[in-house]
Amino acid sequence: MSNLEVVYDDVALVLRGISLGVAPGQIVALLGANGAGKTTLLRAITGLLDVHDGEITKGAVALDGAVISGRSPAALVRLGIGQVMEGRRIFAELTVEENLRLGGHTNRRKISEGLARTFDLFPVLAQRRKGTAGYLSGGEQQMLAMGRALMSAPRYLLLDEPSLGLAPKLVEQIRDLIVRINESGTAVLLVEQNATMALSIASHGYVMETGKIVLDKPSAELLADEDIREFYLGSHTTSFREVKHYQRRKRWLS
Amino acid sequence: MVELLEALARGLGRGSIYALLALGFVIIFKATRVVSFAQPAFMLAGTVMVTYFIGTLGFWGALVAATALTALLALGVERAAVRPMVGKPPFVVAIITLGVDVAVRVVVNGYIGNDVRPMHDPWGLKAFDIGGITVQQRHVVIFVTAAIIVAALFAFFRYSRMGLAMRAASYDQEAALAQGVSVGAVFAVSWAMAGGLAAVAGTFAAAGESVDHLMWLTALVALPVIILGGLDSLAGAVVGGLIVGIVFEVTALYQKDMPWLGGNVSVISPYVVMLLVLLVRPYGLFGTREVERV
Repeated sequence: MSNLEVVYDDVALVLRGISLGVAPGQIVALLGANGAGKTTLLRAITGLLDVHDGEITKGAVALDGAVISGRSPAALVRLGIGQVMEGRRIFAELTVEENLRLGGHTNRRKISEGLARTFDLFPVLAQRRKGTAGYLSGGEQQMLAMGRALMSAPRYLLLDEPSLGLAPKLVEQIRDLIVRINESGTAVLLVEQNATMALSIASHGYVMETGKIVLDKPSAELLADEDIREFYLGSHTTSFREVKHYQRRKRWLS
Repeated sequence: MVELLEALARGLGRGSIYALLALGFVIIFKATRVVSFAQPAFMLAGTVMVTYFIGTLGFWGALVAATALTALLALGVERAAVRPMVGKPPFVVAIITLGVDVAVRVVVNGYIGNDVRPMHDPWGLKAFDIGGITVQQRHVVIFVTAAIIVAALFAFFRYSRMGLAMRAASYDQEAALAQGVSVGAVFAVSWAMAGGLAAVAGTFAAAGESVDHLMWLTALVALPVIILGGLDSLAGAVVGGLIVGIVFEVTALYQKDMPWLGGNVSVISPYVVMLLVLLVRPYGLFGTREVERV
């Protein structure tokens, strides 16, 4: 995507001039604090801005060289963009299998193939197949949401905060699953607040702040970056740094 | 006792009609969160179509044709009047459906004319005699037809791709969109289904009788039914419809023993039942309990 600008309700400018790229087969991490516009960016890609009265006012999203902004969410799923929404958003009243079948809504001929692949990746879902999705544990629900997104056999998978609200052990498990999904050829755009986890598997990272990309580096460099270490990896200890915090933040924005 | 059993049979027949009507309301409500007040007009339209087709197509042929045409009509109304209002408050859309109701009924009334239109259905008021109990044939037919339709609907929502998408969209529209479900198609299908259900219900409500301008009032009984059963519950619509039908007929049977109640108490009985249920369970018998923080 290039030079993207998004406005909510005709007034709130949430993304200003965002440019970001995900190459096929890559894992890219997108970091940023609450309200930086990460979720909005994903909505701009998946065509879900309409639901929130948002609008792309400038710039475009492109897939394989063709502009895809403005297409319907269903068309985008068919083009190979899968997503796991923030907060998992599983259909709690439906069974696990029904949730997965919905993920394959656009791909109806390959439902049984998709189910087999998903159950292979997430054996725990196979055990709970007929169970109500709302009764799964948090980690299982996250797996269900990921499995559901994979049912459409996407080439690009967008993950919004998959580690949210999960125990550290489960976060590790989710991380390994993301790596496995990526190894099977799916590019991943990983939106995270858990920077350690995200950068440990991504090849490239972007950092967003108040609607702008402020850093854009290979993840190894980001891991070594002093600011990142301080803001996202939690190495600050003394109160003096709080002062510097603000100054550095300003420097980024300039 | 015989009288009571006969009233029960009549009640099941009448209740099946209410159940079909209420299902239409619930299906639209689940998909769009709007109570569609256009249902009475679709019911009247479908029924009048049957009275026109029945001479050439026979009863069942006319019923199928009228159901399909009414579904198409509902589809057109959804596309033209309701879809542009997506995202507007449900109240606005509900008022629009009221307008649609009036407009469609004016047109349909033109086809009824000044007189009533006879139904000429195959059953009329003929009855079976089962062990001394008289059961009208039309009540048996509507009950069986409704049972088949309800079973088909439940299978549709349980197993079909579109039915599953409709359930998902009703639970979380945005998440359904993200899976590639076309929410527009979900709206359209629910309106078409509701239109078809109204046509079938109206036709059987008129069986053995005739169609006049005031028949649409029957559809209003679906409102206490859906509130009784729970606005968002298909099972609630069916059970609620049967309960209201039975209460109606049983009240009609016994009201003569209670002259102090006056005549025609049965007409208000559905609303009395609704009020009583609302006192105990404000979300209906089967509806989802609204969880709200104050």
